Amino acid sequence: MRVYCARIKLMNLSQKILNVEFSNPTVLASGIWGITASSWKRVVENGAGGITTKSLWIREHKGHPNPTVIANEHWTLNAVGLPDAGPQKAREEIGEYLKDKPAPLIANIVAGKVEDFVAIAEIICGLGPDFLEVNISCPNVEDECGKPFACSAPDAKKVTEEVKKVSGDVPIFIKLSPNVDDIGAIAVACAEAGADGFTAVNTFGPGMAIDLKSRQPILANKVGGLSGPGLKPIAVRCIHDVYKATGGKLPIIGTGGVHTGEDALEMMIAGASLVGIGTSIGERGQDVFKKVCDEMNEWCETEGVSEISELIGSMSE
Amino acid sequence: MQNRLPTTYRIASVKKETADVQTFTFEVSLGARPGQFGMIWLPGVDEVPMSIAYDDGKQLKITFFAVGDMTKELAKKKEGDLVGLRGPFGTNYEWKKGQKLALLAGGYGAAPMYFTAHEAIKDNCDVHVFVGARSKDHLLYIDELGSLKGVTLHVATDDGSEGYKGYNVNQLSEMIEGGESFDEFLACGPEMMLKAVSGISSDKKIPSQLSLERYMKCGYGLCGNCVVDPLGIRLCIDGPVINNDICVQITDFGKYHRDDVGRKHEF
Repeated sequence: MRVYCARIKLMNLSQKILNVEFSNPTVLASGIWGITASSWKRVVENGAGGITTKSLWIREHKGHPNPTVIANEHWTLNAVGLPDAGPQKAREEIGEYLKDKPAPLIANIVAGKVEDFVAIAEIICGLGPDFLEVNISCPNVEDECGKPFACSAPDAKKVTEEVKKVSGDVPIFIKLSPNVDDIGAIAVACAEAGADGFTAVNTFGPGMAIDLKSRQPILANKVGGLSGPGLKPIAVRCIHDVYKATGGKLPIIGTGGVHTGEDALEMMIAGASLVGIGTSIGERGQDVFKKVCDEMNEWCETEGVSEISELIGSMSE
Repeated sequence: MQNRLPTTYRIASVKKETADVQTFTFEVSLGARPGQFGMIWLPGVDEVPMSIAYDDGKQLKITFFAVGDMTKELAKKKEGDLVGLRGPFGTNYEWKKGQKLALLAGGYGAAPMYFTAHEAIKDNCDVHVFVGARSKDHLLYIDELGSLKGVTLHVATDDGSEGYKGYNVNQLSEMIEGGESFDEFLACGPEMMLKAVSGISSDKKIPSQLSLERYMKCGYGLCGNCVVDPLGIRLCIDGPVINNDICVQITDFGKYHRDDVGRKHEF
């Protein structure tokens, strides 16, 4: 007798990371579509498993004039310059989002000085996000803030240490820069200082684009961070370096050029527990999160992988 | 194919429309449809969104007011000077063949409404354009609109120096009360004008498409500056031209807008 069985979806995309439940590994990367509660909710509706806010400052911070985001078919270059309205707006929007919190909230903070990092960390952690992402790696505010903290192990360690003193129960993820000689060493320094996880990586470069006829750099800031699918191999290598250097003990939000489900899986195999997506919204649309999850599901089903977490850090050395 | 990389082009011609308004023509096309916008770059100064006033596949026009830092600098440019363009971005006005349309053009809205009328008559639409301005010296595109076959022009000025005395929306409203009917309203202009059109649209159950203006940075859906509450939709992707049934769900509409750092400002 023939028995027709329905194809059962055995695939589980959900996981618990540092006691926070994520329904799938995709996360909105910081700086993309992340200014207001309605934005965050909309991205979750489109399939994201978690949201990272745009970087929050201790006081109002103006960004750069336009052009700030430019792209062609191969790359995206941005120098938005981290504009933010300050803590009052952060309280309003985070408060609004946390009323029904459709998915975990990762609040990203930024500052030019250690004491400002501490001040904004204290305020934001008090609002109850699931994680705090510490942006020590933006390449677009060098004129104002000098070289990013993430470019020096002692600087990165210092920020981590001080933020850890005020973050309370909120796990802190240090957002690393790919533009360093030894990202593993930076990660180890932060781990020693108490980091609970990492976001690897921020944008690449800085890079520059010039308009021929006017002979002018196109970005108002002249230079900016590079992003897009072409940069993914660097991100994958960075994630692997951080994972290996820290013994695979701390969760990593892998980000940089993720476009498809297979890209996300690759990052997880390299060592990421969660995968940040940003620039790809421009090419694949707002529902890139859902598309990436469907693609991950399909691959895993075909390959007989039933728990997404089993892929984390599974690259053969 | 949408171009997201600012590229400079030489101004082919400059026309002074009114004391504060000029039109620049470029020998290039972005393939824009009426309602869409471009990001206009003045190297060394800034880059801002502007409605495409005209695009026929060979030539493109922008019509702008010199009101802000960037536009005041832009207003000094002459034929042969370089201005950066990229686009087309956003949604466009849509209509069905043969529809009777009321186009509401408030202030700077006259330019994209001219473009709309120019295209809509190709589909045999019966187009009525209601142009409104402070006074006759501020009316825009009157000759151009008047020259289009199939377009009926209605002029309104706040001070009554030309045509109907009062707002163009009131002129439309009176015509509708008087028995005139329309299939759809298409509107471009100040937020309060759009709010009034929305009111009539909901009241009379006549569909309308409104062009909402908000602060924009990237123009193509990444930065999140033009997102409205509570829907979380981006006005550079799901707008700027939006159907009224969506507009009425937007908390910001007619009430507030956000600035470059995301802070709310009331209208």
